[in-house]
Amino acid sequence: MSRDKAPTVKFLNVTKKSPENPQSATILQNISGEVPANHILTVIGPSGSGKSTLLSLCNLLISPDEGEVLIHSKEVREWTVTDLRRRVGLVFQTPTMFPGTVLDNLNLGVKLQGKTLENPEKWIEKVGLPPEILKQSANDLSGGQKQRVALARVLANQPDIWLLDEVTSALDPTAAREVEEWILQLQSKENSTVLWVTHNLDQARRVGHITWLLANGRLVEALPTEEFFENPQEDVTRRFLIGELGGIQA
Amino acid sequence: MSLITLSFTLGFVVIAFFLSMWFKLGLQKDILIAAVRATIQLLIIGYILKVVFHLQDALFSLLLIALMIGVATQNASKRGKWLPHAWIRVLLAITVTEVVTQGLLLGLRVVAPTPQYVIPISGMIVGNAMVASGLLLNRLHSETSSHRQEIITILALGGTSKQAVYDYVKQAVRASMIPTIDNTKTMGLVQLPGMMTGLIIAGADPIQAVRYQILIVFSILASAVITSIVLGFISYPGLFNEFQQFVLSDSPIKK
Ligand SMILES: Nc1ncnc2c1ncn2[C@@H]1O[C@H](COP(=O)(O)OP(=O)(O)O)[C@@H](O)[C@H]1O
Ligand SMILES: [Mg+2]
Repeated sequence: MSRDKAPTVKFLNVTKKSPENPQSATILQNISGEVPANHILTVIGPSGSGKSTLLSLCNLLISPDEGEVLIHSKEVREWTVTDLRRRVGLVFQTPTMFPGTVLDNLNLGVKLQGKTLENPEKWIEKVGLPPEILKQSANDLSGGQKQRVALARVLANQPDIWLLDEVTSALDPTAAREVEEWILQLQSKENSTVLWVTHNLDQARRVGHITWLLANGRLVEALPTEEFFENPQEDVTRRFLIGELGGIQA
Repeated sequence: MSLITLSFTLGFVVIAFFLSMWFKLGLQKDILIAAVRATIQLLIIGYILKVVFHLQDALFSLLLIALMIGVATQNASKRGKWLPHAWIRVLLAITVTEVVTQGLLLGLRVVAPTPQYVIPISGMIVGNAMVASGLLLNRLHSETSSHRQEIITILALGGTSKQAVYDYVKQAVRASMIPTIDNTKTMGLVQLPGMMTGLIIAGADPIQAVRYQILIVFSILASAVITSIVLGFISYPGLFNEFQQFVLSDSPIKK
């Protein structure tokens, strides 16, 4: 498959400070980098290193304190916010279901635009769930099923950039692997650009075209995925890959 | 009632004071302060009303109503420390309520445009709007902070800030009206309302007193509804910034 090299997501010297404590704590420090169209970027790093924060900057759920985030070459703050958030779909680590059926939940994104979802069966099948599930109460689903519904709900908005925040980490290994396969299939069908945060190094390696390591709010290493795992340049990366930087760094 | 007779009622304060001491409730100081404040405030308002009624000057009545609204705003905005410029929103909601409710009463000639009617009725409308505002702000805070994930999920799906909080504003509006509605349902059964009690004691015909009370009850009902809805819908934008980001702080509010 040919991959267009134009950057779809671009970070330019992005710094994000803690909103509670802007003097002292810096959550992200001077991040620069880009993700070309149709590529999957995997983001790894110790917990608390700023991975989720990085994703939230891409759909303007939070704003950078310094620097710029460009989506399709346009700064996020210049977009119409609701348009931006539909084109840049974010799937959270823990899925939030609203009272009502699975169908209600699947419909949510398009309903916010005053439309109804055509062919909901198609969307629920895309994430490997049977259409019968649409009538069930969303809160009765298992964790894995909820995560798939949350994914389908975002996909139904037809975003061309997907932000995935540890979307398989709450699932058992089999379910995780299944959801992962589904995402990969969909991604290659729809040619979307993906920023995929994961704490599973094997997954980061399997699914990524490019991989970034965040540590302590800094972008430590950014390389094509193969090279990242075979031949990392930084000492910090090597230590992270052998499990020496498990927790939050001092 | 003479001042001498009135002073006998101090006995009630003394009873409350000694009961608090006896049972070690630790409320003696509060009881004294409350008794002194209530007496002074009521005496002052009595003399002010006497002057205003005597002058029959619309300007003084307006000043007095403005003062009521100011005090009510100051009091109710204490429940809105989590909300930027809470007091402006409360001021607006209470003022709209007073203008609309009182405007209807006067416009339909339900009450005469004299200070004797306008001031006490305004007091009830504004007082009730104050209580409804406080309840609404409290409830709006708890609803939105406990549904943070839901709100952010809707924003992330491309919803507007209004779509993200609509259900929670509605819940808060409902909750802040419930006490007034419940009170209205049991009116006259559980308690005889203050105004009616006062009129009857002062020698008015109970049927006349009841008619005024119905007027008051309906005005209060309307004022709770108007305040809650207006305040609910002018408050929620304060939870978001220009980029439709949910900015309600995570940390508990300082009391
Ligand atoms: N709203 C916030 N207010 C204050 N600190 C925050 C906020 N969001 C995140 N942080 C802090 O920023 C750091 C990075 O958080 P996050 O991006 O969630 O990391 P990760 O996803 O890599 O675990 C953490 O130390 C976290 O405590
Ligand atoms: Mg995270």
